[in-house]
Amino acid sequence: MNVFKKVFLFYYQGFRSMTLGKTLWMIILIKLFIMFAILKVFFFPNFLSSKGDSKEEKSEYIVNEMEKRTINN
Amino acid sequence: MEDIVLWSRAQFALTAIYHWLFVPLTLGLGVIIGVMETIYYRTKNEEWKTITKFWMRLFGVNFAIGVATGLILEFQFGTNWSNYSWFVGDIFGAPLAIEGILAFFLEATFIAVMFFGWNKVSKGFHLASTWLTVFGASISALWILIANAWMQFPTGMTFNPDTVRNEMTDFWAVALSPIAINKFFHTVTSCWVVGSAACIGVSAWFLLKKRHIDFAKKSIQIGAIVGLVGILLTIYTGDGSAYQVAQKQPMKLAAMEGLYKGQTQAPLVAVGILKPHEKAMQDIENPSYFNIGIPYALSFLSYRDINAFVPGITDLLNGGYPTQDGSKELSAKEKMESGKKAVMALADYKKAKKAGNDYESKKQLEILNANYANFGYGFIKDESELIPNVAITFYAFRFMVIFGSFFIIMFLAVTYFIGKKKPFENYTWFLWLCILCIPLAYMVSQSGWLVAEMGRQPWVIQDLMPTSAAISAISSSSVATTFIIFCVLFSVLLIAELSIMFKQIKKGF
Repeated sequence: MNVFKKVFLFYYQGFRSMTLGKTLWMIILIKLFIMFAILKVFFFPNFLSSKGDSKEEKSEYIVNEMEKRTINN
Repeated sequence: MEDIVLWSRAQFALTAIYHWLFVPLTLGLGVIIGVMETIYYRTKNEEWKTITKFWMRLFGVNFAIGVATGLILEFQFGTNWSNYSWFVGDIFGAPLAIEGILAFFLEATFIAVMFFGWNKVSKGFHLASTWLTVFGASISALWILIANAWMQFPTGMTFNPDTVRNEMTDFWAVALSPIAINKFFHTVTSCWVVGSAACIGVSAWFLLKKRHIDFAKKSIQIGAIVGLVGILLTIYTGDGSAYQVAQKQPMKLAAMEGLYKGQTQAPLVAVGILKPHEKAMQDIENPSYFNIGIPYALSFLSYRDINAFVPGITDLLNGGYPTQDGSKELSAKEKMESGKKAVMALADYKKAKKAGNDYESKKQLEILNANYANFGYGFIKDESELIPNVAITFYAFRFMVIFGSFFIIMFLAVTYFIGKKKPFENYTWFLWLCILCIPLAYMVSQSGWLVAEMGRQPWVIQDLMPTSAAISAISSSSVATTFIIFCVLFSVLLIAELSIMFKQIKKGF
């Protein structure tokens, strides 16, 4: 048996014989789904992407924000 | 602006505190499992295999529920703290990428062998996999702690005014900064204490129930040894951490000690009750209602010299005192002026660069470089903003030190009682105390983070960026909404973990 098949069978049999592990994997998958498909998409957009596409635009925005926050002091 | 800062800080704190419920148990229990399996490997005694497998199951539950919770912190960087993310992106990129690639894959590969590999791989390979999982988890923590340490003591970088980003120039200065090294060992060894407290507490429950007495006692013995080594190393590295705080973050040290007026031969406050901050500021000679101090200890621990001057909060604001290198410390107002010059010079530099005015851009760059060390002070409105919450920092520090030291006695007592002729399971009161030590260990561990993070306010990056500059220009209501979502999500996950954990514990060995 070649090494790849051995490794595959190792994981395959390991996953198949899980008992508690199945519940834990279910929790992990639900959690990852909530994190990446809901929280990240709807609540945590990349804020700076909305302020410019290029690095130059983004850095300009940051400098303006910094200047504003200093002047307002 | 204040609302959004507070909501974003609260959200970050909630996530970090929740994340920190899992990390210490993973790191601590990992070492205990490693020791147990090593004994099994050496003795070939199947009892140790059973014991190892039981604790490994609990390790697995904790690992599974806790995995990826730290990623939520990274979401927050991009949304709530975008100015900060931009400002430090190049510094954080390397440690976090290494964490993701090296440590995660190390853990992910060998944890599978740990759980699936019994009777499928050799005993030696299985043992190596267990230790490599523990090692991988610790290395994973290392890179995160390096990133955190850089925020407390920014080093090994230069500021690029064209990109408005700090760029790493010396990887080793970042990775091996004295703050990072102390923080890593202090944090990881304190996790061994939490893991040991959990191991002893759960085993004590079995003894109270008169179940698995032999297995529980064996677990307690390992827990006590790992815990004792852990707490002694935690105290040793804690001294190193506090010494670094004295050098790099004197305001945090002053808050930790409730020291409003600096002094030579300064005593360390063992216990005390502080006056409210406003009252203490008016009566800086007597800022506490009462305190018991250890003579000379603060001067010695801070500067390794019992006669050293330790600056208090008002000294740090007023400046003018001689520093350790003999120079005169600037006042907060002078630093704020210097900071404003730096921020305005950056803005003017960018404008001059855009207009193609080389002479002006060079001039502004010189001003920026001359004042960059105080860059963050440019965003401070009032010098009172530079004082962290003294009460929380002071009491959290005392809680950590007093109850942390209690664990020395606790682990020694466990070793003593378990070695006595009277069966250990008959010391009912002590077994209950062992169980109570589980939440206590978590509280001590969390209070350490409170000291580290509350004590450094208002800085996100020490002296370079306060929270008010780091925050995105977003509405506080959106952050408040996600805060509530996190409260619900984290509560559900915690209930799920605890119910699975308790079920597994009830099943027994």
